[in-house]
Amino acid sequence: MGAPGKLSMVQVLFFASLRDAVGVDEISLPIDDPLTFDRFMAELRTALSDAAYAAICAENVRVAINQELVDGVRLISAGDEIAFLPPVTGG
Amino acid sequence: MSVEIRIQEPDFSLDHEWQAMRARLGTDTGAVAAFVGLVRDVEPGDSTTLELEHYPGMTEKSIAEIVDRALARWQLTDVLVVHRVGKLAPADQIVLVAVGSGHRAEAFAGCEFIMDFLKTDAVIWKKQSERWIEATANDIERASNWQKGS
Repeated sequence: MGAPGKLSMVQVLFFASLRDAVGVDEISLPIDDPLTFDRFMAELRTALSDAAYAAICAENVRVAINQELVDGVRLISAGDEIAFLPPVTGG
Repeated sequence: MSVEIRIQEPDFSLDHEWQAMRARLGTDTGAVAAFVGLVRDVEPGDSTTLELEHYPGMTEKSIAEIVDRALARWQLTDVLVVHRVGKLAPADQIVLVAVGSGHRAEAFAGCEFIMDFLKTDAVIWKKQSERWIEATANDIERASNWQKGS
């Protein structure tokens, strides 16, 4: 885990319809560690097409950080795994 | 009390799962309710395929949370959930939920509760005929009925 300000990587995962929208299931993104979620999203936006970014920002998309669903303020740190989850259905 | 949750590509054998469950059941279990979901052919004549995707680790955790809610609600003695992922064809087995309890009412209710929430809360995605499908209004209503306590 890097010192503050050091360039570090996070893994960003896209599942199901979001993988189709983004075109890949995973990207590595360099970030300044630590980073607010809003700034992380701004960084991510530069790595995606407008259509892909719109898809992951849809209201019904949930975000998990290190496999924990998050809502609200979270800091992103080096080594985090951030997953974008479209609506689920099992059974 | 035993909880087993498995996500797997291969088919499961009801006979094998049942024998394994019976072997671990204590004498406090008087009832076991089991549900098996199959791939329904939504476009007869077409070669409908269903593709199930999961998020290893998180999918198991999401199902464990559903099971925990069932355990908080009913006195259950054993819970088994086997969910398949990958490519499936019509009539294939998708899911098995088996729930043991002292009496049948709790076994039936626990099994139905877990199955209803697998539809809305399990971290699994289904693609049918090249289209990603979502929980139906009926699925969401069934799950929300449990939250109302009915």
